[in-house]
Amino acid sequence: MERTTLDLWVGLFVVAGLAALFGLALKVSNMDSFAGASSYQVVASFDNIGSLKVQAPIKSAGVVVGRVSNIIFNNKTFEADVTLKLNSRYVFPKDSSAEVMTSGLLGEQYLALAPGGDSQNLVNGDKIKLTQSAMVLENLISQFLYNKASDSSKNSSGSGATATPGTNP
Amino acid sequence: MKPSKENIIARIGHRSINSIWEMGVTARFLLQILWRSGTSVRRFQLVIREIYASGVLSLIIIVVSGLFVGMVLGLQGYQTLQTYGSENSLGVLVALSLVRELGPVVAALLFASRAGSAITAEVGLMKTTEQLQAMEMMAVDPVARIIAPRFWGGVISMPLLAAIFSMVGVYGGYLVGVVVMGVDDGSFWSQMQSAVNWRDDVLNGVIKSVVFGFAITTIALFQGYDAMPTAEWISRATTRTVVNSSLAILALDFILTSFMFKGM
Repeated sequence: MERTTLDLWVGLFVVAGLAALFGLALKVSNMDSFAGASSYQVVASFDNIGSLKVQAPIKSAGVVVGRVSNIIFNNKTFEADVTLKLNSRYVFPKDSSAEVMTSGLLGEQYLALAPGGDSQNLVNGDKIKLTQSAMVLENLISQFLYNKASDSSKNSSGSGATATPGTNP
Repeated sequence: MKPSKENIIARIGHRSINSIWEMGVTARFLLQILWRSGTSVRRFQLVIREIYASGVLSLIIIVVSGLFVGMVLGLQGYQTLQTYGSENSLGVLVALSLVRELGPVVAALLFASRAGSAITAEVGLMKTTEQLQAMEMMAVDPVARIIAPRFWGGVISMPLLAAIFSMVGVYGGYLVGVVVMGVDDGSFWSQMQSAVNWRDDVLNGVIKSVVFGFAITTIALFQGYDAMPTAEWISRATTRTVVNSSLAILALDFILTSFMFKGM
């Protein structure tokens, strides 16, 4: 085969290969939007994180604002210390609260960050004080059954007048 | 001679020593290729010719298989995900399985049987017809002139072929999932983009395909270079290229995967 045709085909092949690589990077993957962006880290302690994982998204108002960068068990407080890596573009008041939520009924778990009203913002190394643990399905069911049982026992004993609705935990 | 007990054990020992010996020789052969690659860099035209032979000519089988693998993934994934009402995640399933595993592995298996066997047959025949010795007589180093360009041609082609395979496969999944089955176009791409990570998934897939490229071309060239100069041995060497490199690909894939996706 002539040299120029050969070069042309190989050139086409290499260009197609590189284009496929770029396609994979830009169209298929997210090119990691937080890898290059500067970020700051804050810590939040939870009684129970459920099945929250490292790299889980942190959302505020449904928008991904960062990712969980580290989870360790604190042997002094017996709580889970979660390190949040937040994008520097987003700032949150100091008294913001974090909650472990589940996307969908059985979906992956993420951290929801609800902004507070403080005039000062969270900075690198701060600690989020208000946290709410993951919802554990077993506890929820047992709580529900317990309430049902106590409701019915109250009703049957005739002291239904003292049972006020809406005081259930 | 009747096969006695010692005979069988001796045969096992002989086999093990042989296979270890062969591994060592292959490794030394690889080092020799790397050591004498200077000519391939200086005369890059030689490498371009080999990229054409092993890369461009494998393009059709790679594109067609990628398209069909992606379409099958789209069909099967849709059937399964639909049961859970999560057919919108079809893009994630197709992209992750292609980028992490199927792209590099299937492309490498195809490459081994399409290009690897051709390399072995070519080099083996060159040896049989004493072309390699003739080169040595003319003070041309056959490893630098014949072996190294083929090696680099294969190593350069392999990751490009794997990337093309994955990309075509994703579009195959798109074709079946979105165009035929009616999965939402936007959620197909957006869920894929949020789930597939550039460094953890795409780059690790590329690293896999580069490793496979090294393994396949080394095995193919060694089998051709090492073959006895008879017709029977060339056919045996070609078979062994395909079998050995397929086994090497799958074993290496397991090792690499266990390192890359540990605890994810």
